[in-house]
Amino acid sequence: MENNSHVSLETHHGTMKSYLIGFSFSILLTLLAYFIVSEHLFTGWFLIGSITLLCVVQVTLQLIFFLHLGDETRPRWNLISFFFMLGVIVILVLGSLWIIENLNERMMPEMKNLDKNHELRS
Amino acid sequence: MITPTITQEHDSHHIEQEVYNKTFLGFWLYVMTDCVLFSTLFAVYAVLHNNTFGGPSAHDLFHLPFALVETLILLTSSFTCGLGLMAAFRQEKRKVIGFFTLTFLLGISFLSMELHEFKGLVDEGNSWERSAFLSSFFTLVGTHGLHITFGLLWILVMMGHVLLRGLTSSTLRRLMCLGLFWHFLDVVWVFIFTFVYLIGVK
Repeated sequence: MENNSHVSLETHHGTMKSYLIGFSFSILLTLLAYFIVSEHLFTGWFLIGSITLLCVVQVTLQLIFFLHLGDETRPRWNLISFFFMLGVIVILVLGSLWIIENLNERMMPEMKNLDKNHELRS
Repeated sequence: MITPTITQEHDSHHIEQEVYNKTFLGFWLYVMTDCVLFSTLFAVYAVLHNNTFGGPSAHDLFHLPFALVETLILLTSSFTCGLGLMAAFRQEKRKVIGFFTLTFLLGISFLSMELHEFKGLVDEGNSWERSAFLSSFFTLVGTHGLHITFGLLWILVMMGHVLLRGLTSSTLRRLMCLGLFWHFLDVVWVFIFTFVYLIGVK
C-alpha cells in the first residue's frame, strides 16, 4: 500500500527554480575560472585570489541552492555545525601551512638544497 | 482496516517528521566530519605539492580541458540528483527512476574519466611512488573517487528500494541522505578542480 499522507513531510528539498539558479551559476563560474586560467588573463597572486574567490562563491551558491543551508527553522543546528566545521577547517589547513612554512624556513641551508641537488644530479 | 482518528494521524505524522528531522541532522553531521577529513587531505596536498623530487609537477601532468569536462559532468549529475529528489517528494516514481538513472550514468562516466587519468599517470611512471606531490595527489583525488564509487553503489540500492517498496517515508528519508551526500561530493570536487587543477596548471 502506498500511503500518500507521507507527501506532506516538511523537507529541505528546494524548488525547480532554486536548482536551476544553482546549476546555471555553477556552470558559469566554472567556465569563468577555466577561461581565466586557460587565457592567462591574470598572473601571480591576483590569479590565485580571483580563482579562489570564484571557487568560494560557487561553493556558497551550491550550499544554498543544492544543500539548502539556512532553509531550516530555529534552532539552526545544521548552520551552527556548519560554522563549527568551518572553524575546524580553517585552524587545520591554515595552521598546517603556517607550521610547515616555518619549518621550511628554519631548515639548514644544505638541507634546503637537497631537492635542488637531486634535480641537478638526475 | 480501522480508519485512524484525526489525532492518531496527526501523531504518526508528527513522529515521522521528527524521525526525518533527526536523520537529516545526523547525516548532516556526518557530512561535516567528512568535510574535515577532506580538509586534512587538502592541507597535506598544499604542504607537499611542490615536493616533486625532481619529477614532473602539476603543471606538466594535468590536462585542463579534461578536468573541465569531469567538473561539468559531476555538476550536471548533482543537478539531476536534485531533480530526482524533488520528484520523489512529489511521489513521481517514474521521474525518480529516470533522474537517478541519469545521475548514475553521469557519475559512472566521471569515475571512468578519473580512473583513465590515474591509469595514464601510472603507465607513464608517475604513480604515487614517484614523489610526495603525487602521493598527496592520489590520496586526495582517490579518496574523492572512492566516495563517488560508494555513492554510485548507494544510488543502485536506492533505485531498487524505490522500485520494490515505492516512495514510502523511509525511502524518502534515505533518498534525502543520498542527495545530501551526492551534492557534498560535488562541492568537494569544486575545491579539487580549483586548487589541484586550475592553480596547479596556471
